[in-house]
Amino acid sequence: MRAMVYRGPYKIRVEEKDIPPIEHPNDAIVRVTTAAICGSDLHLFHGMMPDTRVGMTFGHEFVGVVEQVGSSVQNLKPGDRVMVPFNVYCGTCYFCARGLYSNCHNVNANATAVGGIYGYSHTCGGYDGGQAEYVRVPFADIGPSLIPEWMDEEDAVLLTDALATGYFGAQLGDIVEGDTVVVFGAGPVGLFAAKSSWLMGAGRVIVIDHLEYRLEKARTFAHAETYNFAEYDDIVVEMKKATDYLGADVVIDAVGAEADGNFLQHVTSSKFKLQGGSPIALNWAIDAVRKGGTVSVVGAYGPMFSAVKFGDALNKGLTLRMNQAPVKRQWPRLFDHIRNGYLKPSDIVTHRIPLEHIAEGYHIFSAKLDNCIKPLILPAAN
Amino acid sequence: MPYTAKKPTRARSSEELRAAIPGWGVDLDPKDRPSVPKEQFDPTLNGARWDFPERQEEKWPRERSIEHKFLTPVFGTSTPPKGLSGVIRKYSYKKYSEGRAAHWLLLLAADRVDAVEHHLRSFVSLRPDNPITQTGVLSEFSRHGITSRIGKKRVDVNHQWIDPLLVGGPWLVAGGLGVAAVRRLMRLRRT
Ligand SMILES: NC(=O)c1ccc[n+]([C@@H]2O[C@H](COP(=O)([O-])OP(=O)(O)OC[C@H]3O[C@@H](n4cnc5c(N)ncnc54)[C@H](O)[C@@H]3O)[C@@H](O)[C@H]2O)c1
Ligand SMILES: [Zn+2]
Ligand SMILES: [Zn+2]
Repeated sequence: MRAMVYRGPYKIRVEEKDIPPIEHPNDAIVRVTTAAICGSDLHLFHGMMPDTRVGMTFGHEFVGVVEQVGSSVQNLKPGDRVMVPFNVYCGTCYFCARGLYSNCHNVNANATAVGGIYGYSHTCGGYDGGQAEYVRVPFADIGPSLIPEWMDEEDAVLLTDALATGYFGAQLGDIVEGDTVVVFGAGPVGLFAAKSSWLMGAGRVIVIDHLEYRLEKARTFAHAETYNFAEYDDIVVEMKKATDYLGADVVIDAVGAEADGNFLQHVTSSKFKLQGGSPIALNWAIDAVRKGGTVSVVGAYGPMFSAVKFGDALNKGLTLRMNQAPVKRQWPRLFDHIRNGYLKPSDIVTHRIPLEHIAEGYHIFSAKLDNCIKPLILPAAN
Repeated sequence: MPYTAKKPTRARSSEELRAAIPGWGVDLDPKDRPSVPKEQFDPTLNGARWDFPERQEEKWPRERSIEHKFLTPVFGTSTPPKGLSGVIRKYSYKKYSEGRAAHWLLLLAADRVDAVEHHLRSFVSLRPDNPITQTGVLSEFSRHGITSRIGKKRVDVNHQWIDPLLVGGPWLVAGGLGVAAVRRLMRLRRT
């Protein structure tokens, strides 16, 4: 089969690989029909995540058709169209039994501090991902769902991560009616977090980025007020001005480890890997939220230390909430919202790229060229 | 407004927002939010028919975190550790917990060694690594590399110039060393 393969920082190529075999009785092999590149993949692509091995296939956002199932699989059969959450999880460990699918204890031998994620380095379990023609899906009875008849394939692929994560991020904010919500980052996750904040009753939603074309999307798609932080000397002060000097009730960090806005922070973490992530947006969030407020972090950080302004968080009495999203837990409610027309996730898709050209897809998304917001990967379009 | 107990007045009322924004407030009640509360105990939640999953076969000694009691029943089988990078990775797993910076720094070092090992190996293969096609930079020409950046107030352009140096630098150095070595050989021959 054809598969995307990592070749070292900033380098990937498409290779011929064996179709993955069944390794466990509850495995399925899925033929991928649509995959996506996520902002998280950029952290791998840039070589920031420890134990990212040459030869690994990335991709944790994918949908497809079941090709083969292991002997104990009951809920799926070959030919089923399925959407697969980015979490690999067992369904029955201490954490899964409490709904914390993204924190499963039975699927990541390499680390206890993170669960299993498809195609996301050995630190997240060493599973090959879905930017390929075929992928191994462990616990086929647990994670995947049949794609409902009425659902678009592109909406389904966005449900496997970006939409579920943005919606989860808004929930972590514990928004109450009328709250002012500030979202850092107008990527797919930030756009969905902003949009979801309205569903939870926000009174005001403000989105911050430095990419004008993404802020435009935040205004049209997510009905948000926007600020380009490059236009202000100090975006934190600007947020204070915008909130009558109290600060926002809730701030969501949808940027993560490669935040821009401070050359030294960015370069020490993103380029030279001296930090687990550049916490610029997180520090802005801590400073822009009001005392007693909530900071929700869905932007991803690596396992190493980062220079976070913890004293401010303490002295302001903040609530910090965060996690990798437990994706499938969000689905029933999100299915309703899509069906009712409140959400149309595929509105943010900008690029559809054949698997053979995936290296260009990574570059376009990473360098933010061509007004790229969300690139999809099409394994069959070669 | 002076600093008083009042919440700042809202620009738009809930009624206005409900009329303007599709779905405004449908999840106002925390009961409708799927991840509230954070933990919801339901051992049958996922329809699993096992207490503890069957164990996947371990086809090579699988490295694992020493913070785990045992090898997890299911694990990824991508890219087993190999070469010098593999030795470093196995050492890091065996010796250090996830709580130690040394664990992650060794793994990052192994990643860099791994890349060099594979680049070298690729040069004696039918498909040598090609930093031009593999970085996707050719899309700079087809996807408006210049107009995507110029006049845009983007702050990331202040460090994007580092990328070609980080990626291309080692190749240039290796190329330069190669040329110097060949020259020296030729000079040695002539004398
Ligand atoms: N928690 C989870 O489950 C989960 C799931 C998916 C993605 N993520 C993480 O969420 C983050 C966003 O993902 P994405 O797909 O939207 O990525 P993305 O790269 O498309 O978006 C990030 C955006 O942040 C902007 N940005 C950079 N620095 C900023 C700053 N200081 N302030 C405000 N904006 C800034 C960038 O210009 C970009 O538009 C990533 O870190 C990703 O790893 C987490
Ligand atoms: Zn993701
Ligand atoms: Zn589990």
